[in-house]
Amino acid sequence: MNTPPDKLREKRLLAALLVVLLILCAANLWFGSVRIPASAVWDILCGRECEKEVWKFIVLESRLPQMVAALLSGAALAVAGLLLQTAFNNPLAGPSILGIDTGASLGVALVMLFRGGSLGLTETTTLTGFAAIIAGAFIGSIIVLGTILFFSTIVKNNIMLLIVGIMVGYITSSVISLLNYFATAEGVHSYTIWGMGNFSGVTGDQLPYFALSVLVGLFIAILLIKPLNALLLGDRYAANLGVNIRLTRNLLLIVTGLLTASTTAFCGPISFIGLAVPHIARLLLGSSNHNTLLPMTMLCGAVTTLLCNLICIMPGESGILPINAITPVLGAPVIIYVIINQRKIQYFN
Amino acid sequence: MESATAILSAQQLGIGYKTGHGGVKRVHDGLSFTLHRGELTGLLGANGSGKSTLLRTLSASQPPLAGTIQIEGRNLSTLSERELSRQIGVVLTDKTQTGGLTVYELVALGRQPHTGFFGRLDRHDRQVVEEAIEAVGIAHKAHSYMAQLSDGEKQKAMIAKVLAQECPLVILDEPTAFLDVVSRIETMTLLHHIAATQNKAILLSTHDIEQALVLADRLWLLRKDRGMCDGVTEDLILNGDLDTLFDRRDICFDRAHGSYYPSVQWEKEIVVEADDETLLHWTVNALNRNNYGCRIAPGESHTPLSRLTAKSKNLLLLQTGNDERQFTSFADLIGFLKRQD
Repeated sequence: MNTPPDKLREKRLLAALLVVLLILCAANLWFGSVRIPASAVWDILCGRECEKEVWKFIVLESRLPQMVAALLSGAALAVAGLLLQTAFNNPLAGPSILGIDTGASLGVALVMLFRGGSLGLTETTTLTGFAAIIAGAFIGSIIVLGTILFFSTIVKNNIMLLIVGIMVGYITSSVISLLNYFATAEGVHSYTIWGMGNFSGVTGDQLPYFALSVLVGLFIAILLIKPLNALLLGDRYAANLGVNIRLTRNLLLIVTGLLTASTTAFCGPISFIGLAVPHIARLLLGSSNHNTLLPMTMLCGAVTTLLCNLICIMPGESGILPINAITPVLGAPVIIYVIINQRKIQYFN
Repeated sequence: MESATAILSAQQLGIGYKTGHGGVKRVHDGLSFTLHRGELTGLLGANGSGKSTLLRTLSASQPPLAGTIQIEGRNLSTLSERELSRQIGVVLTDKTQTGGLTVYELVALGRQPHTGFFGRLDRHDRQVVEEAIEAVGIAHKAHSYMAQLSDGEKQKAMIAKVLAQECPLVILDEPTAFLDVVSRIETMTLLHHIAATQNKAILLSTHDIEQALVLADRLWLLRKDRGMCDGVTEDLILNGDLDTLFDRRDICFDRAHGSYYPSVQWEKEIVVEADDETLLHWTVNALNRNNYGCRIAPGESHTPLSRLTAKSKNLLLLQTGNDERQFTSFADLIGFLKRQD
């Protein structure tokens, strides 16, 4: 037998990424529109008193939830993308390209319209409000996913299926535009802001609900590692290995819907994370084995969104950039690289 | 084989598939057969004869339309997914996404029916995986990526996967399609060896009749609308069952050489004699291809036809009436025949 791949390399990679993650977390707490010394941030996190009460408020009520939201959204979207890529046997699948986050957006838009005539999350702070928004986003994303899944039984060609996904996304976007047309001016404004993506939308009291739904989704994804590996062989092989295909597919659908819906509801439709991050993880790891790929994808997703969020808050006093202005700049080159080098990249063959 | 034990048997099996509009397309009816441990069975038939439908029905991917299939004495339809995955292993022609897995990881997937919820391999599992990789002869590639393997090696890895599954019955759908000659022979020899040494029942469909005739212990000849003919290779050949496999008048089966050839009405005839079997075979081959029907007649005989006497590959004598020519190679002979036309 030839030598097994270096397990040590995997561990080093994991350790390095964890260090990067911690640095990015710290940077996300430190930087912002108000200059707060690092020592003061540390004091606040340790529960000690600091010079200004307002700093404490900024760090604990704004920066910390934003950091956690970015971290969780990244992990959630990246895992959603990975599950879609494996389930559809298509390395170019992702929640935004298949229109799943648009479905979630539609759900959010509908809930907003029916509940108060305005779109966007800003005014809604009640508990039932969040529940309704998450439910709306979840139903919207599941309907789009179900539609794509239905088409995947008819359209066997991967590229054609992607195009079907893009078309479904367009139709959903049209409906949202129509809803916007009938909404109030402020509603349209807040919806537009929300649509650009923003991790600061999650407030301290919303965070537990957001975190819970994401963690539940990630937990179920981890439970699906064994059937996901079997699915790399295709449905018929997987069925022959004892995998209940229908159950697994339905679970994958629900988990992908839940992860996409929660992030979309709270942070807006964020593009490219779900599509590009699984590729970054596979390229770093050099493996499609979900035992290591799934945790690696979560980690890479968190690192990527924290980095994006950091770039967004970099302008400092002059405000924050929309997250969707940054993610394509990081994500699109990865996809182009992967497509150009597909013959050389092992997992593509 | 007297000692062979039956693993799977079917009685009055009807197979077919659902068509788009709620209809059912029946492909075959009343099929009865048995698969035995230790035997390699080759399923032969033209495209559209129902080979894939039969294999899918036997591997429980689709239900039979009539009749029953018993595996180890139990009705196939009563087995749970997990039980089934330990009884029947398959190798398909489906496209996979396994380029980013190592051979070891791929073969380890074959252990899934035996491992727990997270698919962790214990010592026994790892031993089975290693033995499976050894058995197909790609141990030197065990930790290479699937993407780095040749087509033949990939197929061996898939066979190792099915061995790791430890099923008594293995079904392979055209395992030698897309392979070059060397890989085809290696794969078929390997499967024959596995059937005998690991006492498995192996059923494979193939278009590679030449290899199937050499290595299959038993043949299933599937003919559209005329059911299945089941038997030991040599019995089937000598009974003439292979003559009608393709149901086409212009395709004939050569019982002596075990191959199919197109039957043609020759424009010209010639008498041929040769000093040995091989020389005779290839002399006839050359003449047939150039539109000469051959009458094989050793010794003197009086006919108005030309006579070709092959003494050796370097000495070919062509006698036409009183004219006698000598050729030193088939290239010369064929060149002359072409100029005659």
